[in-house]
Amino acid sequence: MTNATQETVGGAEQADLARQWETSPGIRGWFSTVDHKEIGIRYLVTALIFLFIGGVEALVMRAQLAGPNLTLLSPEQYNQLFTMHGVTMVFLYALPMLSGFSNYLWPLLLGSRDMAFPRLNAFSYWVYLASGVFIYSTFWLGQAPNAGWFNYVPLAAREYDPGINIDVYALGLIFLGISTTAGAINFIVSLMRTRAPGMSINRMPILVWGTLTASVANLFAVPALSAACLLLWLDRQFGMHFFDPAGGGQPLLWQHLFWVFGHPWVYALVLPAMGIVSDALPTFCRRPLVGYTAVALATVTTMIVGFGVWVHHMFSTGLPGLSLSFFGAASMIIAIPSAVSVFAWIGTIWAGRPVFKTPFFYFAGFVLLFVIGGVSGFMTAAVPLDWQLTDTYFIVAHLHFVLLGINVFPVIGGLYYWFPKMTGRMPNEALGKLSFWVSFIGFNIAFLPMHLSGLRGMPRRIYTYPDHMGWNMANLLSTIGALIFAAGLLLTLYNLWYSRTRGAPAGPNPWDAATLEWSVPSPPPAYNFRRIPIVASRHPLWEDRLQDVHHRSVLDTDIALEDGRKTIATTVLDAEADAILRMPGDSVAPVMLSVALAIAFFSLLLNIWWLAGLAAVSGILVLAAWLAPVAPPTPAEERIRG
Amino acid sequence: MDETLIPAAPVNVAPQGPTASAWYGLLFLLATEAALFIYLLFSYFLLASQAPGQWPPDGVPEIQRPGANTVILLLSSATAWWSQRSIANGASGKLIVGLSLTLLLGCIFTGVQIWEWTHKSFSPASNAYGSLYFTITALHVAHVVIGLIVLACLIVWAALGRFSAKRHLHVLIGVTYWHFVDAVWIAVFTTFFLTPMLG
Repeated sequence: MTNATQETVGGAEQADLARQWETSPGIRGWFSTVDHKEIGIRYLVTALIFLFIGGVEALVMRAQLAGPNLTLLSPEQYNQLFTMHGVTMVFLYALPMLSGFSNYLWPLLLGSRDMAFPRLNAFSYWVYLASGVFIYSTFWLGQAPNAGWFNYVPLAAREYDPGINIDVYALGLIFLGISTTAGAINFIVSLMRTRAPGMSINRMPILVWGTLTASVANLFAVPALSAACLLLWLDRQFGMHFFDPAGGGQPLLWQHLFWVFGHPWVYALVLPAMGIVSDALPTFCRRPLVGYTAVALATVTTMIVGFGVWVHHMFSTGLPGLSLSFFGAASMIIAIPSAVSVFAWIGTIWAGRPVFKTPFFYFAGFVLLFVIGGVSGFMTAAVPLDWQLTDTYFIVAHLHFVLLGINVFPVIGGLYYWFPKMTGRMPNEALGKLSFWVSFIGFNIAFLPMHLSGLRGMPRRIYTYPDHMGWNMANLLSTIGALIFAAGLLLTLYNLWYSRTRGAPAGPNPWDAATLEWSVPSPPPAYNFRRIPIVASRHPLWEDRLQDVHHRSVLDTDIALEDGRKTIATTVLDAEADAILRMPGDSVAPVMLSVALAIAFFSLLLNIWWLAGLAAVSGILVLAAWLAPVAPPTPAEERIRG
Repeated sequence: MDETLIPAAPVNVAPQGPTASAWYGLLFLLATEAALFIYLLFSYFLLASQAPGQWPPDGVPEIQRPGANTVILLLSSATAWWSQRSIANGASGKLIVGLSLTLLLGCIFTGVQIWEWTHKSFSPASNAYGSLYFTITALHVAHVVIGLIVLACLIVWAALGRFSAKRHLHVLIGVTYWHFVDAVWIAVFTTFFLTPMLG
């Protein structure tokens, strides 16, 4: 075959694939798309909007706390703001942001054409969006949740909080849990079934390990929160007694259920972000990650131990000393897998030849913040110190160092890193570096002084404080730092917005990176890979220059599967091809089911029982149509070879 | 290139049974559902262990009717298993009979549960025990009702001739879900009716 005929055949094949996989234009296409890249970007944009809202809430609170005895906010307004700030950042920003990265990247990293359940993927996004709208529905009426993001009873019981505020919290988090669970199942099954041939588990990028670990954990953690919220809502609506000591209930039951969920959740918020660093940092160090196997195992180990540390949030509740010792020890042990990862990143920088581009700065900054936040966490794992520091600004400092340090900094670095892949344009480098230094300096001015105000006894969640407590300077610094930090984040958003249309063209692999997503055009076509690749190492695009890689991945294979939406299925451990999956096309069922669920939850909130029932029945009808058996493959399809 | 990755023989298109994505999806859905019930039963035992007076407050509950109802539900798992085995042998008539029997037994179980609820001496708002009993059994019945809807859909699809010996993934998934609902009931029954007998 001459080169010219090859070109023609390739062009026809691409046209076939594009026709099969591209979403139809217009409003129907917009609501029905199941393209994981489109859904991933929607996740990212929505989560960034929530980051912005939660950030504005934080700045208003910092303005109130800039000096003693300020009256910008009333106590009730302050309660709602700190609650919504926490709920927004922990639930509506941090995990969905990482789901956005993983949704966009997984099939590209794994050499597949879509996730295992494309429609479920769309469903999890729509439910996330709807639950975010739900949780914010009463904010504008001054009736937002107001008992803190961990919402302790009896403060959150009807007796002390009679409004609609806490009902929004309880139902909203059950609603969001549906999205998280659907997303988690999709990630796990995608991992088990939709990797390219040869992408065995010891070749998967660490981001995949991180998201897999977080997803498995979410399956077992989220039901604890859903159960807690259900019981609280029943207590409040129907006079039940789960948390009411007068009726035989226990307020501590809430704390157990919440933190059995909450602690694995905070690892779910950081492990995929650590995966971003483990995969992207080596690109800027011009060498593979040091200690791949150790980092992958550390990821899983962190989560397993993470299920046994929840009581460290409850050291001051009067539980028996033996239990405190056990949970304190488990909390300290977590430092070991964390340190393994930290040394792997440092080793990668040390042994590499760093290229100082914007993402590198964010990843290196992350390592430093992680160490500071890790050390303050290790300190509070010691029971006597925790008794002194619990519910002070020291804890506020610790949790912001870990959540911003390990989530936001890698996320911003990841945005700069994969932005060229998503848009085909390069972000502005000078503006990017400026955004890092402004963010990094602002962050430290904002949060380092909180250690001091905490050690000096300033309790968290107070709406103002008296003069002459020794807290004035630390608080003023925190407020100034918060403003600088916000300016840094805005610089990043401006950079991305501006570069989206005006950045330099990126080409397929602008960073000269090693993994599969950089082998396809930027932005990738709807079908991702014209031919399903066959993977022979962890670094398919670096094989020619690595000395210890003896096999060669094949990107231009003969696996075209251009007849209908199809991708290849492989075995779980070794990734040997064992089936061809027929993938569903675009569908409006996910958005319809999400609307039905939203109507059901709003009806429960407003006690309109008949409408809730009607919405449930409609949802079941949509689901029955969605899941109905499809026609079996034709004999011609059966003849396709692997 | 590692040639062993690509089998020489044609591979399965749209696989059925334990290599289908939907089968894995079901297993993980059941895992998270099981976790939900484990947390609710944990709540029962936590409140029981901290109860100031007698637990359950009205003494050991009467076991005969719930015990008989347990047998009915176990029987429905047997008929569900039989219907799945029938379609695996291509007997779609027996599939419909088996699914219908399962549906009937499931309806009887639900009816008996409703009778039980209306004849209790306490209500969900009486005390923590009442709250636990009604919430957990109601959540279980909600799962039974979803199972009944699934069975009804399977019967309709079977009558429309959508299943064959080779392709009946939906039956496998629906029947497995039904077994799961049974297994949850065993745990709920043990918690509420057997453990109080231990004193």
